[in-house]
Amino acid sequence: MNFQLSDLYAISAEIFLLCGVSVILLLDLFLSETRRNVTYFLSLFVLVVTSVISLLVFDFEPRVVMNGLVVSGPLSATLKSILCGLIAIGLIYSKDYLQCRGLHRGEYYSLTLFAALGMMVMASSNHFLSLYLGLELLSLSLYAMVALRRDSGRSSEAAIKYFVLGAIASGMLLYGMSMIYGATGNLNIEAIVSSINSGNSDLNLLRLGLVFIIVGVGFKLGAVPFHMWIPDVYQGSPTSVTLLIGTAPKIAAFAFIIRLLAESLGHPSLHQEWSQMLTVLAVASLLIGNVVAIAQTNFKRMLAYSTIAHMGFLLLGFLTGSMNGYSASLFYILTYVFMALAGFGVILLLSKDGFEAEELSDLGGLSRSNPWSAFLLMIVMFSMAGIPPTVGFWSKLFIIQSVIEFESVWLAVVAVMTSLIGAFYYLRVVKIMYFDSNESSTTRIRYRAGLVVFSINGLMLLGMGLFPGWLLLLCQSLIQDSVRVF
Amino acid sequence: MTFESFSFYLFSTILVGSALSVIFSRNPVHAALSLVLAFFTAAAIWLMLEAEFLAISLILVYVGAVMVLFLFVVMMLDININRMREGYWNYLLPAIVVSGIFLAELIVLISGRMVFEKPLEISAQITNEGNTLQLGRLLYTEYLYAFELAAVILLVAIVAAIALTLRRRKDMKVVSSSDQSSANRASRLKIVSMPVENGREREES
Repeated sequence: MNFQLSDLYAISAEIFLLCGVSVILLLDLFLSETRRNVTYFLSLFVLVVTSVISLLVFDFEPRVVMNGLVVSGPLSATLKSILCGLIAIGLIYSKDYLQCRGLHRGEYYSLTLFAALGMMVMASSNHFLSLYLGLELLSLSLYAMVALRRDSGRSSEAAIKYFVLGAIASGMLLYGMSMIYGATGNLNIEAIVSSINSGNSDLNLLRLGLVFIIVGVGFKLGAVPFHMWIPDVYQGSPTSVTLLIGTAPKIAAFAFIIRLLAESLGHPSLHQEWSQMLTVLAVASLLIGNVVAIAQTNFKRMLAYSTIAHMGFLLLGFLTGSMNGYSASLFYILTYVFMALAGFGVILLLSKDGFEAEELSDLGGLSRSNPWSAFLLMIVMFSMAGIPPTVGFWSKLFIIQSVIEFESVWLAVVAVMTSLIGAFYYLRVVKIMYFDSNESSTTRIRYRAGLVVFSINGLMLLGMGLFPGWLLLLCQSLIQDSVRVF
Repeated sequence: MTFESFSFYLFSTILVGSALSVIFSRNPVHAALSLVLAFFTAAAIWLMLEAEFLAISLILVYVGAVMVLFLFVVMMLDININRMREGYWNYLLPAIVVSGIFLAELIVLISGRMVFEKPLEISAQITNEGNTLQLGRLLYTEYLYAFELAAVILLVAIVAAIALTLRRRKDMKVVSSSDQSSANRASRLKIVSMPVENGREREES
């Protein structure tokens, strides 16, 4: 036990967020229904300040605090800051949607902030215990948010599926962690690493634990064959919750697998094992995700399958186990979340009272009713497909580059072929917007703040695509400085 | 036979007997009560092993809270025992398989220590100070962060449970008494000035 005040300084962003959400939770009780906007603006304020604090307490070298439960370093600080920013943007997107559907309630905002806290804990943890607790905090908040629209049968179905499968995944993960504890006698990442390096731990037991951990991670990421919950949950939840599930938790999941696989189980003999397992998951996700997405008529469901395919890409970069691979994966996930944000955001903006613009046919004639939004959505779709001037091209390129460096050209071929298949359904969205007419369903978007955020978001994808260098440099330096590999 | 081994055998016999009666009793209320007895005796055995924290928390949490809730539910539900016992013997084969696996695991664990080679030893500090103190010291110092996080998770559970289940019924006829007594004329009566109706217009329309 050695506690210093600087330990609290390192986790001050989390402390601020927790205090903020407690205040909001209490304050909201005394607000009348008409003044619910106060809760909304306070939540935004807390998220933005937390994001700034995360960057202010930046440590240039990874520093382990709170008795080894937390690591504070460039990667955790940056990811935490981006997470909070993303959630804040997501809240701006969804305000109008929530107001129309009676979900503009204090609990929605406090649960969102609790989920943010869970993700921040995951991003900066150095111990299996804090990793798991962060994951549970995130998942519990999300389960409740999916079920928040109580009168909708589909939401309840999605919530039950999400809850049951999420609980199974957590069980698998804990089982794997307990085996690693049995083999090394530790839950602290550094202690696990030194125990594996010294050769005292039973490699077979570690491998068995690894299998369970991969299954748990596969469930949480939604990689095939553990993807069954993704389409139903994405379609069944209120779209604002889908936007939350589809964006920020992916970054937290990236941090999660960096800590679990790269940092604690990155020993060459173990890396060989998980690299093979991830190869199977990645190839299956790329194939199933892209092929099944073609058959979807629901936009949310299509984006769900596209998520599965994108997670396959993320795992491709990850399985190389090299610094370049990790930074390509980080680049991929950072750009993907902004694409997903815009993709789900446009559904929120087009939805009206009693009308969910979630079918693909609802986008018909968008180029005439909302030419600017149609143009932005086209950029988003191009970016998801990986068509050059947009950033999606670069993220796919870097992943494929790292896979070729890993000397498995066949994986690169699979990645390119499945991306080609995927391009079909992304371009079909563009075709529906520009060439199909369905004047009755879409009207002009009235929600100003959402439109401004959507414009910035869409143009950002284009801008990052024109100047991808700085982001790649950032990702590379973050990974180099923070990830402690063997 | 020392007093220690005598009480161990006494408690173990009660434990095994009550555990069997959980399975075999026909009445669900009796089964739940036997489970309470089983928890009590298990707590007593833990106490003999000087694991007093586990013993106390078993009684407080399981007997005090979980089992009472369980009994409550069992008593409230209208369970048809005969229908529940239909097809009882159909489960024989899966039951034999599962219990066979359990038995094999137990034999492996007890006989060989084949999985974990390091023997477990209780440090002198624990036996001197008692494990409640030890656990408390660890929880509030070394694992403070994890402890706080667990508290936040419980808070989320409360918020979520209330958000998901609290319903204000729209057709409720309850009137708040403070609203009633603070009512004045303006809130009850509204005088609307209407144009005087013309008899001829009505005929025309």
